[in-house]
Amino acid sequence: MTEQFEPTIIGFTCNWCSYRAADLAGTARMKYAPNVRLIRMMCSGRLDPTFVLRALSGGADGVMITGCHPGECHYIEQNYKALRRFILLRRVLAGLGIEPERVKLVWASAAEGVRFASETTAFVEEIRKLGPLNWGNQGKDERERMKDENSSFIIQPSSFEKEVTL
Amino acid sequence: MSDTRSNPVDKRSSPVEKKIERVGVYVCHCGSNIAGTVDVVDVAKWAGEKLKHQGVVVAREYKFMCSSLGQELIQKDIKELGLTRVVVAACSPHLHEKTFRTAAKNAGLNPYLVELASIREQVSWVHSDKTVATAKAKAVVAGAVSRVIENRPLDEIKVPINPNTLVVGGGIAGIQSALEIANAGFHVYLVEREPSIGGHMAQFDKTFPTLDCSACILTPRMVEAGTHPNITLLTWSDVVNVSGYVGNFHVTIKKKARFVNEELCTGCGICQEKCPKKVIDEVYEAGLGYRKAVYTPFAQAVPNFPVMDKENCTYFIKGTCKACEKFCPTGAIDFKQEDQLINVDVGNIVLATGYDLFDARRVSNYGYGRLPNVFTSLEFERLSNAAGPTSGNIVLRDGKTTPKNVGIIHCVGSRDKNFNNYCSVICCMQGLKFAHLVHERTGATVYNFYIDMRTAYKAYDEFYQRVLEEGTLFVRGKVAEVTNAARRESEKGKLIIQVEDTLAGKQRRIPVDMVILSSGLQPRYDAKEVGKMFGISCSTDGWFTEKHPKLDPVATMTEGIYIVGCAQGPKDIPSSVAQGAAASARVLDKILQKEVTLEPIKASVDHEKCSGCKVCNGMCPFNAIAFIEDDKVSDINPALCQGCGTCVAACPAGAISGTGFSDAQIIAQIDGLLLRNLEPA
Repeated sequence: MTEQFEPTIIGFTCNWCSYRAADLAGTARMKYAPNVRLIRMMCSGRLDPTFVLRALSGGADGVMITGCHPGECHYIEQNYKALRRFILLRRVLAGLGIEPERVKLVWASAAEGVRFASETTAFVEEIRKLGPLNWGNQGKDERERMKDENSSFIIQPSSFEKEVTL
Repeated sequence: MSDTRSNPVDKRSSPVEKKIERVGVYVCHCGSNIAGTVDVVDVAKWAGEKLKHQGVVVAREYKFMCSSLGQELIQKDIKELGLTRVVVAACSPHLHEKTFRTAAKNAGLNPYLVELASIREQVSWVHSDKTVATAKAKAVVAGAVSRVIENRPLDEIKVPINPNTLVVGGGIAGIQSALEIANAGFHVYLVEREPSIGGHMAQFDKTFPTLDCSACILTPRMVEAGTHPNITLLTWSDVVNVSGYVGNFHVTIKKKARFVNEELCTGCGICQEKCPKKVIDEVYEAGLGYRKAVYTPFAQAVPNFPVMDKENCTYFIKGTCKACEKFCPTGAIDFKQEDQLINVDVGNIVLATGYDLFDARRVSNYGYGRLPNVFTSLEFERLSNAAGPTSGNIVLRDGKTTPKNVGIIHCVGSRDKNFNNYCSVICCMQGLKFAHLVHERTGATVYNFYIDMRTAYKAYDEFYQRVLEEGTLFVRGKVAEVTNAARRESEKGKLIIQVEDTLAGKQRRIPVDMVILSSGLQPRYDAKEVGKMFGISCSTDGWFTEKHPKLDPVATMTEGIYIVGCAQGPKDIPSSVAQGAAASARVLDKILQKEVTLEPIKASVDHEKCSGCKVCNGMCPFNAIAFIEDDKVSDINPALCQGCGTCVAACPAGAISGTGFSDAQIIAQIDGLLLRNLEPA
């Protein structure tokens, strides 16, 4: 049996929209892929691109950045700044030899629990297709180390299939 | 650990000088909400062992952490074990962050040294496999532990609350809200878009289930609001801009030109009498009656000053007429009047912006707009109203024929996948009210076509029984079509209602003279823009979103902004009034506290590090960042800073730091979530 690759993804969320969308997905008991671990910020504008690099260098296979829809920012227009940084960051990633698709920007309002859940699951699938982010030997060690650390962190392939049904 | 890379942004890379914090981890079962999917005992045990080197000195699990016993558990540990940091792995911080922060504060720990790890909304409720969920919960806890170590004690910011309140919308919900606050002795600005307050309720004839005359119960309230010394009434006005935050909102209101001087006008009505121009009244009379170009929408309007409709006034169109000016006994007509912008400062805002009626034209198979004798519910309200265009005579569109058979169709535009999925709440009772009125005044045979009868609440079902006993006929089934294409002699000249009677299991064609569509309610056409202006969100259906659907139905996610009446969702008059009063209680609570505590999430510039590049200056939409020419550095005004953190991320020198969401906190959380903190660095 070939073990299905389970990516680790860090998600950056905005306190006013996408974090609440995640809350809403929870309240409504929507099931989505368990691979994303969220960090709350006050605004997607807080996202320093080095956070993304830190996550990717630290073992994440992908990073999902979420914010309010254009025109709906709680701080008027800061999500546009996140958008600019995102575009620039993807170029930088390509220059570093990392697939730009590993970083995704998703707009989700506080009411869009369904969207948050489905986008998360879709992104996990996209990263799964890309495969693990190999950071040379170091990344490999990291992965090995994490595996040894606690075997329960290896997700059984069959269990995930059930999660994606929304 | 094999990772020996040095990272310039890693502010944790100096473990030598670091004081080890004493962290307590508390994992909540939340009954079975979390414990059903996450092995909470394992999570707590794991955190106690694997995160020990990080400073975790105690890790416990408990049935309900938010209960008073759960809180006492934490407080006891803070005091006895000398905890310096607390992580509670439970629900979303939006629910209980305040609870645990307050608990910590009462035990002598700075409230901002408490961190919530959301393992319910983000883990147990969205995943079903226990192994996977437990593993994710551990990662989330590890992230929170790493983060909390980087938390710094913060002081709450207290700002005074402006005791004035803005109420937007002068329907019954807004009036109730304004009166409650004004009666408590505080000032209210009541803003209404139409020329008079009263809202939809002013259009109704009777109210269900008591059949009270709507105007008789509403107009005393309108007059009270209009004459109250604590209420500034601004009708024919729109809110055009809102800035600030709870306690200190700055609001700009556009008072549209009335072309009538309110100081001089006595409301005698001569101008309306003399105005030669008749206009179809689409708003108040629902298109069934006329008004003049200068008009008050109805006799009991508050305020009673007329408004000139510039679009239709002969003088504004042709440059001559001025009949109103000639006859006005006080010289109150002023054709030169201009729109006025009024700035007011308020501490709290109540939104009571109401609803729009679903446009029945969209259900084309019911023929509204095409078949003359198909009426909307609002049209029927005017038809049955003694003050309406027919003086309360229920007649067909020709203005004289009394109908012999009337069909009332429920759920028009509601509970319909093609239009709105939600139930509009009031339509069943409205349909019953119409049935009673038609029966009482015309003796006609009345058919109600319904999907389900929903007559919950006090005395509603009794009214249903009464209408049944009066002989109204009920057909259970969704009407397929209303047509005038007769198939037999008896159908000629009639409207035929084609329906599947689901109780009889038969297709039926029922010929009637009049059809009333019990249209649903929908959000105001501009609800989304209004929500954006006030900084609140709308649900997917378009209604304003409340803070909590059950426990906080009138507050919103934006502190200091409340939603009442149909703006929050379809509801009847008693519920709207209850919400109006409820929001006032919340506003008064805020006013009486005299000051409000703000989150101390602010950015500040380290002048030593600032190179004066000005990159941050353009980042701030609140103009909080200014460049000090003398020192050649940028500086942030904490009073204007809203704490978004965009400048923190933008500063190339790392000179700007943001409290509550510092680089160190976020990076530590990233590392924690990726389980890089499992052994000593």
